Amino acid sequence: MAKTLYDKIWNAHIIHQQGDDTLLYIDRHMIHEVTSPQAFAGLEEAGRKVRCPERTYATMDHSISTRSLAIDACGPTNQLQLQTLAKNCEKHNITLFPVGHHKQGIVHIIAPELGLIQPGMTVVCGDSHTATHGAFGALAFGIGTSQVEHVFATQTLPQNKAKNMRVTVDGELAPGTTSKDIILAIIGKIGHAGATGCVIEYAGSAIRQLDMEARMTICNMSIEAGAKAGLVAPDDITFDYIKGREYAPTGDDWTQAVTEWKTLSTDADAVFDIEVELAAEDIKPQVTWGTNPGQVIAFDQPIPEPESFSDPVEQESAKLALQYMGLTAGQKLSDLAVSHVFIGSCTNGRIEDLRAAALIAKQGKVADSVTAIVVPGSQQVKAQAEAEGLHTVFEAAGFEWRLPGCSMCLGMNDDLLQDGDRCASTSNRNFEGRQGRGARTHLVSPAMAAASALTGSFVDLNLFREN
Amino acid sequence: MAEFTTHQGKAVILDQANIDTDQIIPKQFLTSVSRKGYGKHLFHDWRYTNDAGTELNPTFALNQAENQGASILITRENFGCGSSREHAPWALTDYGFRAIIAPSFADIFYGNCMNNQLLPLTLDNEVIDAIIASGTTELTIDLPAQTLSYGENTVEFEIDSVGKEKLVKGLDAIGQTLLLADKISEYESSMPSWKR
Ligand code: SF4
Repeated sequence: MAKTLYDKIWNAHIIHQQGDDTLLYIDRHMIHEVTSPQAFAGLEEAGRKVRCPERTYATMDHSISTRSLAIDACGPTNQLQLQTLAKNCEKHNITLFPVGHHKQGIVHIIAPELGLIQPGMTVVCGDSHTATHGAFGALAFGIGTSQVEHVFATQTLPQNKAKNMRVTVDGELAPGTTSKDIILAIIGKIGHAGATGCVIEYAGSAIRQLDMEARMTICNMSIEAGAKAGLVAPDDITFDYIKGREYAPTGDDWTQAVTEWKTLSTDADAVFDIEVELAAEDIKPQVTWGTNPGQVIAFDQPIPEPESFSDPVEQESAKLALQYMGLTAGQKLSDLAVSHVFIGSCTNGRIEDLRAAALIAKQGKVADSVTAIVVPGSQQVKAQAEAEGLHTVFEAAGFEWRLPGCSMCLGMNDDLLQDGDRCASTSNRNFEGRQGRGARTHLVSPAMAAASALTGSFVDLNLFREN
Repeated sequence: MAEFTTHQGKAVILDQANIDTDQIIPKQFLTSVSRKGYGKHLFHDWRYTNDAGTELNPTFALNQAENQGASILITRENFGCGSSREHAPWALTDYGFRAIIAPSFADIFYGNCMNNQLLPLTLDNEVIDAIIASGTTELTIDLPAQTLSYGENTVEFEIDSVGKEKLVKGLDAIGQTLLLADKISEYESSMPSWKR
């Protein structure tokens, strides 16, 4: 029977099947300080060991300061969490890239950059944005802490198979439109629970043309559409990205690996449970206006009327969202006053994101009314950006240049917004209170975020197009 | 873990769709290294009017006198969307909830509930409307029979059989998998060298 890419990866990892419950082998396990301590504690209480420490890698990202390398910079509870991770990794022989290490960074940024993610793998992490790694044609999904413990002890996970969904984006993107706008437009179209119970395969000519970093941005936000995971079939762009990275196969192993990776695509006659199509030409730079990522419009559209939604649940959500966001229906995005700009996160904290933002940043100065920060996703991204001189571009324009970490994406650290602050953010969640109690988040691309910093609002990026 | 067979308890209603894990347990409470003590921070930003969590918001359902002691939460679509934090079910169980009734749940949250003996019970919106309209807040859940009773009424619900068995028997999921250790080893030894 014809199979999808998801079917193929799934089948290749089955250890055991009982009813709907399938025990899957897990090739790669990434961990961080927030969702692992209770898993280690549970493991030890039960007298169990980590089965495959060599398949497990750890970093520190959520609870750290991006202003200082001091481990106590965010207070004693954060410090204890970080020390607990270090202690647990040492005890269980797990490789850790701690604060200050040249390979440290946001877990979903460092894993691909080190070559730890390869096509056909199953990848898990106690973090919902694990979906990022689907960009490599790996089945990657977020798990809870009990499941982290399960993977520690058994290197497997019991799973129910999700449905197959394909999102096809064909055509050419307009200048100024990025992969972030593609994924926001997809979520806007299907709704932020539109892919619940599904694994999405992204296909179509617009997706195939994207480089790996752009594909990662798209897969990263699969969870914001409710999906279990996102996938892009691997191709030469994928193999070129992986080749030569620290943990990539070499020599004969590389040849064998690529031969196998080339088989990883959906059969031509495979049938998807759900198909969605978008035309790339129709996608304009996107800005979220509400409190879930599906509440999104193009930068030149007015804030919608709650009554314009046919679904009563959506109507109700829209009313609550307008209230929380301090907006009125019909208002223009260009009339809003942004107080903060955050460029970073596992969605948009990679080098090409910083390059895109810098192209705009060098054309002006951060508005007086705006505080803008740029947080590279990893030490390697930071080093690369500094080698290219991007940090001086940002600093000259009035942006703060930070150390790698999750920072203002969720404010579990010293980057917390205040009640009423309005932030243009390249992160992935605009939930109530995500960036601080009462803070209002608008999700945008790095280019739009940089433009917001300079203008204090949301604008047409054509204003910044260089001739 | 404690078995989940039948449960009789008081229900409280949060009549809102898309309640995400950042609402259930905000990020500032995720810095602990323990599984316990999250109940007092459940729905923090809605439940309290100040950051310190000392001023109760009198309009929030959980703070109202008639809802004290509730052990069943009735809510709407896509409950638990957002982050994978298991702190969300930990906060709900620590507060005293044993079951959540909603028309749909986010995937990761659903799995996390199952691993914490917190029953995610899926019912159509119309059934939930009927329960709310009945004015009855005393509910009885019979998991082996897959029924929910309120007042004179009894409705059936669906749940996958493996998940149900785990809840009913309070099985240790890891212990169950470890019974298959030989099959895992066999799988590992059949891998080509570049995958090891
Ligand atoms: S950057 Fe944000 S979404 Fe990504 S791992 Fe960190 S906190 Fe989670």
